[in-house]
Amino acid sequence: MSGYNWNWPILLKEPYFGWIVSGFGSTCAIALLAWAIAFPLGSVIGIARTVDNRIVRGIATAYVDVFRNIPLLVQMFLWYFVVPELLPKDLGSWVKRDMPYPQLSTAIVCLGLYTASRVAEQVRSGLESIPRGQRYAGMAMGLNGFQVYRYVLIPVAYRIVIPPLTSEFLGVFKNSSLALTIGVLELTSQARQIEEYTFASFEAFTVATVLYCLVTLLVILLMRIVEGRTRLLGAITAGG
Amino acid sequence: MGGFDFDVIARGAPFIWGGMLLTLELTALAVTGGLLLGIVIALLRLSPLKPVSWLAAFYVNFLRSMPLILVIFWFYTLVPKMIGSSISGFQSVLIAFVLFEAAYYSEIIRAGIASVRAGQISAAMALGLTRLQAMRYVILPQAIRNMIPVLLTQSIIMLQDTSLVYVVGLRDFLTTAEIVANRDNRPIELYTMVAVVFLVVCFSLSRLVGRLRRKYSL
Repeated sequence: MSGYNWNWPILLKEPYFGWIVSGFGSTCAIALLAWAIAFPLGSVIGIARTVDNRIVRGIATAYVDVFRNIPLLVQMFLWYFVVPELLPKDLGSWVKRDMPYPQLSTAIVCLGLYTASRVAEQVRSGLESIPRGQRYAGMAMGLNGFQVYRYVLIPVAYRIVIPPLTSEFLGVFKNSSLALTIGVLELTSQARQIEEYTFASFEAFTVATVLYCLVTLLVILLMRIVEGRTRLLGAITAGG
Repeated sequence: MGGFDFDVIARGAPFIWGGMLLTLELTALAVTGGLLLGIVIALLRLSPLKPVSWLAAFYVNFLRSMPLILVIFWFYTLVPKMIGSSISGFQSVLIAFVLFEAAYYSEIIRAGIASVRAGQISAAMALGLTRLQAMRYVILPQAIRNMIPVLLTQSIIMLQDTSLVYVVGLRDFLTTAEIVANRDNRPIELYTMVAVVFLVVCFSLSRLVGRLRRKYSL
């Protein structure tokens, strides 16, 4: 790195400091809103993959297969370039022109639906890791199908899958960087922009890296607390 | 825009096939490099020397908390500055992929080794096997069976991840399709084609992995 001109203070100068702040804000907004789609939808699909009804199970399986086998970047392009053309004319032109924050909203929907397929897989594996006897025990006690899930299976399954769901949540933060391909100015693209304007590439990418790492550390600490608070006495955990 | 125009795809096919070859080459090289480095890192993490295993753990956790796009940018702009001479985009991206995927592969390998119960090592030692022999004849045969399906699944994800080279303009499968889509103003046909090809390839591969898992699982 000989001859490299270090210039850390440039990160605190305007407009660069503001770019970092707004980029980090966009990254958090995309990640949190996409998670707000992914968690409930993924839960429903994951549960649907474990029910007895073949048709429901088939639809849920197809959803997961489609969303997991197309690269996220390709999905981003499909939502941004292809889907508006396939919609009815009025709706399509609304999406393209009048929708608020078109790129940001598209990125959130795309990331949310993609992450739902990953959440679904975790929820399903959590439910399947519960011995079948518990389901039968619930039914023997006179609970109906819904009640078995509500009072027996789900409370246990979600505790088991807290660690994998945590890494899916962190995955949303990392994957939100793909929004830059359709023009959203999130953290990674702001770092790239600072690099292009100032040639302070090392500084710009370092600050982005540090922020991503901080988010990771914070989320992991938070989820450890959640995991500790929700632990069931004597429950079988994923570790065996 | 009119109906779905297959001709556009047919006309662009030779150019896009070139992109597909780059995607496959990048995937093959990155999987090989990532696996080799991943094995080394997994061994370092299992090392009895604490500082060594901490360092390996730091490497894995650090890279796993970064988005792949950012890693690609790091290497694309910084490797030429660090070594003082320019290298090709393909090489810098390959380095980024190998270092990034190695973190994920090493976790899978470590988990595979850890999945063999500790009691088995004790049992092997009690039978008079050395630590190395226990690894060779007891642990690894089981661990490898456990980790191979997961390693293959990670490689399918890796194949999908290569599409991210789009951000530095490397002409892979997706980027060549995008170039044709812009040139002929036919985004629907081209992006749908890319999605369908990935879906068919990755779906078939993951089905194969599933069959393998069922056949060889203990």
